[in-house]
Amino acid sequence: MSKITQMQSGRFGSFGGRYVPETLIGALDEVAVAYAEASGDESFQDELKRLNTNFVGRPTPLYHAERLGEAAGNRDVWLKREDLNHTGAHKINNTIGQALLAGRMGKRRIIAETGAGQHGVATATACALFDLECVVYMGEEDVKRQALNVYRMQLLGAEVRPVSSGTRTLKDATNEAIRDWVTNVDSTHYIIGSVVGPDPFPRMVRDFQSIIGRESREQFLEGLGCLPASVVACVGGGSNAMGMFHPFVSDEYVELVGVEAGGSGIESGHHSASLAAGTPGVLHGSLSYLLQDSDGQVLPAHSVSAGLDYPGVGPEHSHLKDMGRVRYTFATDEQALEAFHKLSELEGIIPALETAHAIAYVLEHGSSVNGPILVCLSGRGDKDVSHVAEVEGRGSLF
Amino acid sequence: MKGSVISSVFSAVQEQGRAALIPYITAGHPVGDSTATVLHALADSGADLIELGLPFSDPLADGPTIQSSSFSSLQNGTKVENVLAELSLFRAEREIPVVLFTYLNPVLRYGLEDFLLDATESGASGLLLTDLPVGADYGVERAVAESPLDFIRLVAPTTREERVPEIAESGSGFLYYISRAGVTGVRSQLRESLGDEVAALRSQVGLPVAVGFGISTPEQAREVGRASDGVVVGSALVRIMDESGVEAGARFVARLRAALD
Repeated sequence: MSKITQMQSGRFGSFGGRYVPETLIGALDEVAVAYAEASGDESFQDELKRLNTNFVGRPTPLYHAERLGEAAGNRDVWLKREDLNHTGAHKINNTIGQALLAGRMGKRRIIAETGAGQHGVATATACALFDLECVVYMGEEDVKRQALNVYRMQLLGAEVRPVSSGTRTLKDATNEAIRDWVTNVDSTHYIIGSVVGPDPFPRMVRDFQSIIGRESREQFLEGLGCLPASVVACVGGGSNAMGMFHPFVSDEYVELVGVEAGGSGIESGHHSASLAAGTPGVLHGSLSYLLQDSDGQVLPAHSVSAGLDYPGVGPEHSHLKDMGRVRYTFATDEQALEAFHKLSELEGIIPALETAHAIAYVLEHGSSVNGPILVCLSGRGDKDVSHVAEVEGRGSLF
Repeated sequence: MKGSVISSVFSAVQEQGRAALIPYITAGHPVGDSTATVLHALADSGADLIELGLPFSDPLADGPTIQSSSFSSLQNGTKVENVLAELSLFRAEREIPVVLFTYLNPVLRYGLEDFLLDATESGASGLLLTDLPVGADYGVERAVAESPLDFIRLVAPTTREERVPEIAESGSGFLYYISRAGVTGVRSQLRESLGDEVAALRSQVGLPVAVGFGISTPEQAREVGRASDGVVVGSALVRIMDESGVEAGARFVARLRAALD
């Protein structure tokens, strides 16, 4: 890997890049140009702001979770309530932005990949809003785990295509979405759901998601008159974390903590902790930390939460890890399930299983943080209720 | 000396007034047949050059047929070093050049410099990396360009014209033209404008142009062969070998060759 020293645009340190079939280069250039133009276009920003306010429901509240804090041994735990966004998670921050961009590019067909189904639902929602055709790729395994979201997408007018290749989860859904894009590149825009993929996606998705961190930062300064001591978010591909962290990266005294899915434990080999246990490699168009074997084959990821069940991670996270700016750790399935219950019982908030990993970290380490903790409550857990009941041996609710 | 083997194949077929036949197989597939045996069968049936796919777990440029051959090959335990060993067994006996067709990650993981060295030593003549377009990673691109292997680069129908000279410049051996936007796999029909596109490309670049993606019958091979310097047939061959065995695959290659002669 030491041979890769060239710094090129679209990189975060040595990570990122555009490792894609030649067929897609033109489309990536087109997206990059359209995004640069839109970023500098006041009417685009106004439209995005209007929709964020009136359709998504922003700004989301910053909530002082006192009982959670008490349980964590730190009375100053604050939740950024992305679960209160329309469709129930942060994912819509990105899909509204990208769907607007697709409109500017004259693309009438949208494709997306989804794991837990939250990005699929958010994409289907944006497509309904803008009258765009929508196809969502979802691993067969996830179609089963997240039946509720599959039906939500269908209600919103999207076609859900189950993916039966490979591990039948998010990784394979992403492969299939890229194959669709290569085939229908003239008519189609691919709304990637996380800060992954080839440039410009990681930085564009980060920018759309950075509203989380910008609002939180302002809310902290206005409400508490200080910045948080520690900012915590879960990391699968890493979009809610990147959106939360980005506005805090230059606040050097603010500790940033990314919590990956530790599955059955790192030593078990059944986990999704690419940053904690992976090595740099190329998947889905960018160079980043990756779960892979000694022959460069991508290893199957495992997590109780479909949204974190991904062997790669956004390239900017890899850079932040190597720089030492963000500390990445993990919570196991068991810890996440426990946190899922705790937050429900203590605060009346059922978190997404993904988010429960961040809560688990706070429960375990909150007492050692000297100052306020900000947690990205990235999504609500309605979608997970049936799956949790099943995992805990109460049978299927549907 | 870089490029001498592949270039001389194209010169030879040009003298015969035909296009080169370039079958693709996935290493370690069909499961149960040694890759060296399959390579021999292709060579015996009239292949001029062979593309040998080094399977990757996430082949996002490939359609269902090559996805499935890659999957079963990997399930059966195929490793980069076994593939190189099979290749060198074959090349010890045959002159036919072999291009390794793969994705970047297995190469990086093996170690770029080691891979280039070991692939060369095993008798590979060229390397094609489907997810390394021109400009994606100059460090890697320079290393491949400086190795003895021919660097096979791709041009797609969506490639903007101003990129073509840089792509051609960075490649050697031959240029691979993708017959249509999409992944590998059998197509019932070729696009009507394909012949014109290939003619335009050939007039623009100093390398032979081979066409692949979707060519699946002797008739299609003949049609494409009239307009190009080489014809790549992958998924159709992989599927036949999967369903009916290596001998059936070899007979199919012989029919393709007859269509080009």
